[in-house]
Amino acid sequence: MGKVIKVGMADLNVCVSPDSITTLGLGSCVGIAIRDPVTKIGGLAHVMLPDSTTIRNNTNIPKFADTGIEELVKQVVARGANRSRLVAKIAGGAQMFAFQSTNEMVRVGERNVAASKKKLAELKIPVVAQDTGKNYGRTVIFYPETGDFVIRAVGKPESVI
Amino acid sequence: MGEITLEKMSDQYFDVLKELGNIGAGNATTALAQMMQCKVDMSVPQVRLLEFKEMGEMIGGEEIIMAGIYLAIEGDVTGSIMFLLEKQAARHLVNKLMGMQIEGEEFSEMEFSALKEVGNIITGAYLNSLSSLTNLVIYPSVPDLTVDMAGAILSVPAIQFGKLGDKMLLIQTQFFDDMVLDGYFILVPNLDSYGRILSALGIG
Repeated sequence: MGKVIKVGMADLNVCVSPDSITTLGLGSCVGIAIRDPVTKIGGLAHVMLPDSTTIRNNTNIPKFADTGIEELVKQVVARGANRSRLVAKIAGGAQMFAFQSTNEMVRVGERNVAASKKKLAELKIPVVAQDTGKNYGRTVIFYPETGDFVIRAVGKPESVI
Repeated sequence: MGEITLEKMSDQYFDVLKELGNIGAGNATTALAQMMQCKVDMSVPQVRLLEFKEMGEMIGGEEIIMAGIYLAIEGDVTGSIMFLLEKQAARHLVNKLMGMQIEGEEFSEMEFSALKEVGNIITGAYLNSLSSLTNLVIYPSVPDLTVDMAGAILSVPAIQFGKLGDKMLLIQTQFFDDMVLDGYFILVPNLDSYGRILSALGIG
């Protein structure tokens, strides 16, 4: 058994098998896990907002889907992953409350998911599985050894994508 | 108006928020006591400016289950307000309010509305104190409630704070009746509302 690396909100990290990597309580934020299935090197990002270019104060790279994913890819490649073999799984992007206060805030979870997929497509990294949207929080654990992305939610059975 | 970031906010602003939190929580305590017909005490609120990464630890872990009540605010000040309570504390309040003793995992629909009402009264009391101190008009919307992991609930105000900076502001208040209830207020004014609150209070 390897150790479990923890990723906080607006944070990212790299993980090499046999270790696993986790982020707790994803709400409207999105967790993006990538890995190279051959070297079993992976990583996880916990992004909060879709687009760094629309925000003035945007120096916090892991906070945004666009810059966060770019940085995550850079870091796993630096650790020894092969850029062209990378695949991704994503989870989160829920709408926690039925209403949201202002128009720009509407469906931020959904926009986070869309922005993450757009960035991954741009980088030609296929999204092989996802568990996104709905109205509940998720804890995720990613195993670069197998590529399993374990998802836990309150009052629901654990699932693996 | 210069660029406002939470990091640059003065100590004075914190004191103001603390005092607002104090008065608001005081009003909320009175309302709670009336509603439950028993004595309720409170501690002095703690105002904390936290990095997103620290938040989970502060409230006792991202995965602890909490009840989160969330309202939009309109009027002179726009934005949102959230009140968070640990599930067990929420259960305690609802049981007291409804004169029942249930230990179940899930909240029934009626308990859900009772909890929403508790949240409504508590956030309403807080907003009233803000409104009367600043003379600004504040209308709260109908509350929405969810019971889920703390991290997931907090992601909603955190994302709002994330648009302005890398920290969020949390007001922690403890209520006591026959048990200690940890409650958290999170007020998220929209960017232009910060200036309005500060100038209404004669600072900033």
